[in-house]
Amino acid sequence: MESSAEELEVGATGLTVEQAIANLRSPDLSLRYYAAWWLGKFRVREPAAVDALIAALEDEADRTELGGYPLRRNAARALGKLSDRRAVPGLICCLDCDDFYVREAAAQSLAMLGDSSAISALVKLLDGGVDAAVDVPGRPHLTQPYDSVLEALGALQAKSAIPLIQPFTEHPSPKIQYAALRAMYQLTQEDSYGQRLLAGLNSDDLKLRRVVLSDLGAIGYVGAAAAIASCRAENSFKLLSLKGLLESQLQTQPTQLSDSAIHLMSLMDSLL
Amino acid sequence: MTTSTQNLIQAVDRADSPESLVAAVRSLAAAKDEAGIATLIAVLGYNNPVAAVAAVEGLTQLGAKAVQPLIDKLDGYNYGARAYSIRAIAAIADPLALEVLATAAATDFAPSVRRAAAKGLGNLHWQNIATPADRAAAQHQALETLLSVSQDSDWSIRYAAVVGLHGLLQLSDLQAKIQPHLIQIIESDPDSAVRARAQLALGVSADRYGRV
Repeated sequence: MESSAEELEVGATGLTVEQAIANLRSPDLSLRYYAAWWLGKFRVREPAAVDALIAALEDEADRTELGGYPLRRNAARALGKLSDRRAVPGLICCLDCDDFYVREAAAQSLAMLGDSSAISALVKLLDGGVDAAVDVPGRPHLTQPYDSVLEALGALQAKSAIPLIQPFTEHPSPKIQYAALRAMYQLTQEDSYGQRLLAGLNSDDLKLRRVVLSDLGAIGYVGAAAAIASCRAENSFKLLSLKGLLESQLQTQPTQLSDSAIHLMSLMDSLL
Repeated sequence: MTTSTQNLIQAVDRADSPESLVAAVRSLAAAKDEAGIATLIAVLGYNNPVAAVAAVEGLTQLGAKAVQPLIDKLDGYNYGARAYSIRAIAAIADPLALEVLATAAATDFAPSVRRAAAKGLGNLHWQNIATPADRAAAQHQALETLLSVSQDSDWSIRYAAVVGLHGLLQLSDLQAKIQPHLIQIIESDPDSAVRARAQLALGVSADRYGRV
């Protein structure tokens, strides 16, 4: 069954852009939280929306019992989807936030915005190396959002960070290993990293197989095509992964369809 | 129903592990006995992807006989099961399923169902429709549905619609309507994967149409 692969279509739920922007300053905190999510979901790129979301990165009103910042998290996530690099300095500040989930959202959004000025701040989160990358007692996460940071450094082509990233390919957590392998492949194009990621498609854990599918798609590792198509996972995940491979093939030959692009499409057709 | 098919059905019903279910479904599918259809359809809702794929293959091999039961038992509450049913219906390609596929492609909320239906719409055995007028009307309905679905906001559904249109392109009467639409996709779809699939359908290189 493909349940978790499918996102049910969400309607626009009656909000207008003006309302959503105004709601970011509403006295009702739940309206602020929802508005930040909404602006990202519907990719509202208007400067006024971006400004309001950047302001929300410093919100102090909305706190969880454990001291988290729900509105900052949603604002950081939304800003990654709006392709406006004015958000970069605010997101870099968020990498220092006490709230793990704000740091995680900021790292992911900085990766999406593709601005290399974030590299040094991201590298700082790897301080202490693999030895510091341990569970926080009583919390469901490590000391830093390592997987997101590693992926961001790969996406931002942070070649100077290679020596810091490489040790994470041996981190005990498969999820972090995969993130490091993905980044190392993007930074070096060395086949051995792609091969190690590919082996992750045989993981016993469906969630990890989905992560690997997404990683292989992100790096466009064409050697993985057949293994992706036959992996034990939902077709939606496999299609998205093969789409990543196809897109990277199309970039090398934008007008003429190569044999490998045609092969990828025949695999995709078979998964419909 | 032969005793042996009865035994195979019972083995599916009694399977007490994912592995024994898969083995039992494979045996029942291999028997190619119409009496096993209801059981194979039920397996599509068991949340066991390997067993479901084996059941889809078995149903597909049974062909036209399985179409009406698949339509009658389409699961409105389980879209995972529904996607497998639509894949089987699409693979059998009996034009009797046109209405079901058109509705699923246009209105189902689950992308997996819509993709399977869109692909199936391009691939029906049109020659099984006896009268030319009915055939033309059916092909027209498939075409209109796919043209509309090819403007969906989800790239994977647009991709599947292009695969469906590629199938319809084999019908010479429809080519003149489909080609300009595919060219428009090559020129303006936001996803390069969808543009490339339209290019493959037309069998041309993109530079013939300018910007890609």
